[in-house]
Amino acid sequence: MSATPDLECIDLTKDFNDFRAVDQVSFDVPPGSFFSILGPSGCGKTTLLRMIAGFQFPTSGDLQIKGKSMIGVGPNKRPVSMVFQHLALFPMMNIGENVGFGLRQRGVNKSEIKTRVERVLERVGLPGITDRKVDQLSGGQKQRVAIARCMVLEPDVLLLDEPLGALDLKLREHMKVELKSLQAEFNTTFVYITHDQSEALVMSDKIAVMNKGRFDQIGTARDLYYEPHSAFVAGFVGDANRFEGKVTAVNGDAVEVVTDKGLQLKARTINGTVAAGQRAQVFIRPEAIRLAQNAADADLGADARNYTVQSVLFNGANSLAILRDAVSGEILNVTLPQTGTFLGLNKGDTVYAQWNPQQARCYLVEGQ
Amino acid sequence: MIPTVPQSNVLKWSYRAYVTLFFVYLALPLSVVCAFAFNDSVFPSLPWEGFTMAWFFGDEAPFIGVFHERSILRSIGTSAFVAIWVAGLAVFVGTCNAFLFVRHNFRGRGFLYILMLLPLIIPGVILGISILVFSSTVANTLEDATGLWFDGLRPGLILVILGQFSFITTFATLVISARLQKFDLSLEEAALNLGATKWGAVRQVTLPFLLPAIVGAGVVSILMSFENFNTTLMLVGSDSPLTITMFDKLKHGSTPVLNAVSLLLIICSAGLGLISLLFQRGKS
Amino acid sequence: MTSDKSKLGFYLLLAPLLLWLVVLIILPHIGLFFVSISEKVGVREYETGLGNYAVFFNEPLYWRTFARTAIMSISTTALTLILGFPIAYYIAKMTRGRTKTTLFLMCLIPFWVSELVRTFGWMILLRETGIISNALQSIGLISGPVEFLYNDAAIMVGLVYTSILFMIVPLVTTLDSLDDSMIEAGYDLGGNGVSILREIIIPHAMPGIVSGCIVVFMLSLGNYLTPILLGGKDSLWFTGLIYTQFITRFNWELGSAFGFLLLALSSGIVFLGLKLSRQTLTETMGR
Repeated sequence: MSATPDLECIDLTKDFNDFRAVDQVSFDVPPGSFFSILGPSGCGKTTLLRMIAGFQFPTSGDLQIKGKSMIGVGPNKRPVSMVFQHLALFPMMNIGENVGFGLRQRGVNKSEIKTRVERVLERVGLPGITDRKVDQLSGGQKQRVAIARCMVLEPDVLLLDEPLGALDLKLREHMKVELKSLQAEFNTTFVYITHDQSEALVMSDKIAVMNKGRFDQIGTARDLYYEPHSAFVAGFVGDANRFEGKVTAVNGDAVEVVTDKGLQLKARTINGTVAAGQRAQVFIRPEAIRLAQNAADADLGADARNYTVQSVLFNGANSLAILRDAVSGEILNVTLPQTGTFLGLNKGDTVYAQWNPQQARCYLVEGQ
Repeated sequence: MIPTVPQSNVLKWSYRAYVTLFFVYLALPLSVVCAFAFNDSVFPSLPWEGFTMAWFFGDEAPFIGVFHERSILRSIGTSAFVAIWVAGLAVFVGTCNAFLFVRHNFRGRGFLYILMLLPLIIPGVILGISILVFSSTVANTLEDATGLWFDGLRPGLILVILGQFSFITTFATLVISARLQKFDLSLEEAALNLGATKWGAVRQVTLPFLLPAIVGAGVVSILMSFENFNTTLMLVGSDSPLTITMFDKLKHGSTPVLNAVSLLLIICSAGLGLISLLFQRGKS
Repeated sequence: MTSDKSKLGFYLLLAPLLLWLVVLIILPHIGLFFVSISEKVGVREYETGLGNYAVFFNEPLYWRTFARTAIMSISTTALTLILGFPIAYYIAKMTRGRTKTTLFLMCLIPFWVSELVRTFGWMILLRETGIISNALQSIGLISGPVEFLYNDAAIMVGLVYTSILFMIVPLVTTLDSLDDSMIEAGYDLGGNGVSILREIIIPHAMPGIVSGCIVVFMLSLGNYLTPILLGGKDSLWFTGLIYTQFITRFNWELGSAFGFLLLALSSGIVFLGLKLSRQTLTETMGR
């Protein structure tokens, strides 16, 4: 590590009465990166973000921005700015006054405020709107104004509290790309919290998956998707078929599991985390499963098995087939390949499905 | 400053001290009134002569308690009579107004709405004298023309009721409109769709939804009528409501029997107010 | 919705409103105006003229009382706002859940109790033989009984007390609707208490401030009880003059003129307040 991280948390903990919202969280964010904290609602990510912004004080641990501890520093004295969940644009001011608010607080002179506000609005692609009212803007424009209002202060870290949550789907998809390019444009460190995995996967350089106040895993989107360290991450990031059963054999990182309904599965685990006889969960991604229409096409050597099609959920490129194992009755969701081979697939058809055991992940069931 | 933004302790504690002081200021006069209802003395002031219930139940002069003081009992009856009429009329007209302003869009709606709000910014005394002058003029004209007497238009309970009604209706309208605005019109449409008549839908779906606001408006009207002074003062005839009777006694100096009446008033109005709040909350 | 049936419904709803407004508000005020411009020249003989208004302007006692009432009402309003705003803010923003409800109720209870009772309480506290005089004597701050009643300060204390709840309630309502994140955003962008109060909280609370001020001003201006009881017999309040003309002197013409002047004053100041704060009556009072 050469440069000081823009943001560093060391064993950060926050208790509310007898409830621990954030539990010994440590991480650092290098300058100029896009860092996301991904977790379900109630996992403590909002509390963590509010501690960074200065609206909550940690019970213990340290929080540093550019190497300086922020413990005891008020929110108005920290070099971080925040884009609030509902943006918190001031309805009593026009756009120019909103964006200039922070500069006015710093006592910057009027003409300079004017030029800097105009410049930052131009950078977010909204030149010449300083005289408009907040409610005259579209959802996407408000987002950009909220970001401009923070960026005009040139903060070391920009915090974003699920700002896309209130937008409709189409706009959200668009804003993901836009946010990423704004981050590149300003080259400022972004810390983004969300419960929407696709937002995190698309935009982030690094993602921390948070669960029950702790970070389960920090890594790139690819790491989390293909190498999840825990059952929680495997289940939360991306879609997966999940089976629960008993481990029957372990050989290095290769395991065999029999599900409760009797389906035999081969999977990969992290060396030494499971032993024969223990209960385990197996996750297989729907797109990792290969389908074949007849036995001849299927590679029987690699555990292909025949299933009955229970239903086909057509959704364009994301179409799914729901398969039922004739013997055990286990259900398997499979992404339909877009090659046209399975266009005519119907309910009641028999298909063969198989997967590479390396792409099926096995984790111990907790609390044994 | 909000709790999530740290503040210095000095500031925080002086703010709390101010708030505490304010509530002391708020509670002081009422507590004093209540306390002296039990003073065993003919003046509602210090020194404290010991505890007595005589100002409620006493029947020997000078210790005549509330329950034996004819003039006060009669004026409570008068006030109740007035209050019930005012509340009934105000709630009825208020409900009609709410439907009119929330459901109908018509020319002059904005103008009528402002006119409806006006009684809020007309001093009560002026409402009183304008109604007094107007009704007397009408009475004079009618009497000159017909030679009959029109006592209802002379100062008296009817004018008191009309005078109070003239501004309390605005409050009733506002309370009921606020709730009607929250009503989801599709509920009424669903009732119509299921075969109800227009009036049946209103009666079975909309009015039950409005009930908390109607009851709330009724209680507020009763409270406002009971405590009204300014308008009543100008229109009152020989039967005086409670506030007027108490005012007369107060002007001439009085015994703690007034404290006892006040204590009962405080208990009743606080109780009524709380009940209406609970009722509204329970239903919403 | 233009069927004959719904037309009928519309007129049925319109009727009570018109009846109320025309018979009890509009006609009486027109009548009041006509009485105020008629002068008595003989027994049941009247002439139209502005004589009653001339009497008002020529008699210093009248217009001085008028000015005094206006100035004291404005000061009451200002004082109420200054005292009430921190309380409303505390209730709306510094407390949550149960505490908030309790504090709000504690504010409401005195408002449900008759003004007469409230004023009576102040009389017991402030009179020469009252609690405050006695308390100050017992801690040795004053040597003998002191009369705290029957002065302008006592009137102000009573007026503020009577009307402060009408300031707090609308303020709590508007401040409640200010999202905490607005204030947090203000701090986050480097603001401090003063600048956030000035640039975010007060602009947001403006409708509440205006409606609170209008109500408090009206209540003080039109008050009769408090000035009479706390200010004593010699205290001059304009409503007292109106009462005297109407009930004691039976000079309705002059009384009506006084009434109209009071109405003009109150409407004028309300109008000015609305214009200065760029609010409308419907927004502030219609809630």
